[in-house]
Amino acid sequence: MTALQASTPWRKTAAFLARFGLTGRMLVIAVPMIWLLVFFLLPFLVVLKISMAEPMIARPPYSPLFVDGSIKATIGNYAYLWEDTLYINAYWSSIKIAFFSTVLALLIGYPMSYYIARTPEPKRSLLLLLIVLPFWTSFLLRVYAWIGILKTKGVLNMLLMKMGVIDQPLIIMQTDVAVYIGIVYTYLPFMILPLYANLVKLDDALLEASADLGAGPISTFFRITIPLSLPGIIAGSMLVFIPAIGEFVIPALLGGPDTLMIGKVLWNEFFSNRDWPVASAVAIAMLVLLVIPIMLLRMAQSKGGDT
Amino acid sequence: MAEPSLAADAKPWKESTATPFIRIKNITKKFGEFTAVDDIILDIYKGELFCLLGGSGCGKSTLLRMLAGFETPTSGTIEIDGQDVANIAAFDRPTNMMFQSYALFPHMSVEKNVVYGLLREGVPKAEAMDRVSDMLRLVKLQDFAKRKPHQLSGGQQQRVALARSLIKQPKLLLLDEPLGALDKKLREETQFELIHIQESLGVTFIVVTHDQEEAMTLSTRIGVMDAGKIVQVGEPPQIYENPNSKFVADFIGSVNMFEGTVDVAVSDTLRIKSPEAGIDLLVEPIAGLKANQNVSVAIRPERIAVTRHKPEGAANIVEGEVEEVAYLGNLSIYRVKLASGKILKVTKSNLLHDDVPIKWDEKVFLSWSNAAGIVLTT
Repeated sequence: MTALQASTPWRKTAAFLARFGLTGRMLVIAVPMIWLLVFFLLPFLVVLKISMAEPMIARPPYSPLFVDGSIKATIGNYAYLWEDTLYINAYWSSIKIAFFSTVLALLIGYPMSYYIARTPEPKRSLLLLLIVLPFWTSFLLRVYAWIGILKTKGVLNMLLMKMGVIDQPLIIMQTDVAVYIGIVYTYLPFMILPLYANLVKLDDALLEASADLGAGPISTFFRITIPLSLPGIIAGSMLVFIPAIGEFVIPALLGGPDTLMIGKVLWNEFFSNRDWPVASAVAIAMLVLLVIPIMLLRMAQSKGGDT
Repeated sequence: MAEPSLAADAKPWKESTATPFIRIKNITKKFGEFTAVDDIILDIYKGELFCLLGGSGCGKSTLLRMLAGFETPTSGTIEIDGQDVANIAAFDRPTNMMFQSYALFPHMSVEKNVVYGLLREGVPKAEAMDRVSDMLRLVKLQDFAKRKPHQLSGGQQQRVALARSLIKQPKLLLLDEPLGALDKKLREETQFELIHIQESLGVTFIVVTHDQEEAMTLSTRIGVMDAGKIVQVGEPPQIYENPNSKFVADFIGSVNMFEGTVDVAVSDTLRIKSPEAGIDLLVEPIAGLKANQNVSVAIRPERIAVTRHKPEGAANIVEGEVEEVAYLGNLSIYRVKLASGKILKVTKSNLLHDDVPIKWDEKVFLSWSNAAGIVLTT
């Protein structure tokens, strides 16, 4: 930087740009800001606009926002979401499925992360690689593979029947159980990686200090390990819960007609009904539904947390 | 809390009838092929402040961790207060440890950190909190009870760690480099505070340190360790004045070492031939030496006098030329080159203002009595 600043042409340019408020610092911040503006805020505004339009048989299939110089917007679509129990039920069911999937992923992921974090190198890197390895195959293929495992005459049922555990095949496919399996399987790495990143920093001396002061292993786990890994638990849970709530592919492939999830409802609204405004309202409502708890959590964290 | 403390002049290790409080019997610890602690035998008495002193990797921390119960000995036994602790897990031992990194729980306040041990023991909360406030007063942290560890300075964190490890009134407190993370000035203050607390509580302390000055200041006795073994155990003056090996002489303080061979004992002096010194070194005789045996003679820098004129009546006198002078205020250090090329380090306290201080390149005489030389065979 010093070499650059010393050269006169650069200084002149910098001084010129600074006249318009364009300093080096501004330019650095500008890149992510522009990215967010173009790829997040603008699409969001477009969807917001569509959600306030009326469906029309036209191209695109909704009423324009500006008619004869005046703004024509309605909140009717949102009112409709509230009135029709289908949407409320779908939201509720999505939250429920996402919540229990997150809990399951945490219960499975925590011991795995703990074990990996306590494993010495180079075995640790190998274990981490195994966690990330499934990402090298298409997500869709992996979900399809579960059909082969879970279906009535699938791998799992055949195996259990051969072993004599069951006489009748288990009906797992096209039930919520299959959806849970699919979601937990798919999002487990997103739980494990942040937890691992947190647990690997846990200082052994703290656990020893706890033992030294008379706490048994279980007491130490709940009083020291869990509280200190809370940021990892929250990060991992967010990374599972948020995508799981809007999940479409897994309920569509593994779930049955009774599996009600908002992603599927959105897809139907958009492609089957061709009702873009309602579909957009569904999407916006979901966003609000997710953003509010995240913001509350953030506020709680910054208030109580000083880690 | 008011247990009788070890009186300053009581020396139980000198009485054959005294029962040791901690008995370390033939303790060995191996990590794979590496022997960290090698067949250590050590007795420590109640109320002692015992320092394990050694360089890094000498096994001192491993020995401490075996006492705490974090490492299992490969062989040997440890007895604390007459009880074999082999099968007692760390969380059931009557010991507490102060960690080098302090290991304060970052998510808990000072108060919660200190009360942790009492609550795990099942002490009722009200009583526990009373004891915590007493303890925080002892370490002068009563105003910081609600702070989190990261809001404290290094010295304050050190005192929280000390309070936390003392709150359960352990029979034995293990301290791993307790002052290592403090700066020099704070370390010196804290040393005396530590001795004061140890004396007022009467708890037996075992301190691990690599800092010989710290060991000298703190301890009732020092155990010098090297390569997994304890090479010498003794009171600080004994270790300094009568080291039993070249390693100890060299490790504790600084020393000038001459190689030589035993000549003959003339009445009450022993003559050692040393080409390095350029003279025959005269020392006090010690038993068990054979003629022509190779020995080393260690002489502390402060035992050597440096003069311009040849002194009268000194047992050992050599000539040399001043190579370097370092003025440290309270004392000056001279590096003097002998005819053989050997460089001797000499310290001289600046008690009086010299009229003409000795300078670089001056010819000087170095002299010392025959009591100054320590004959070492290993």
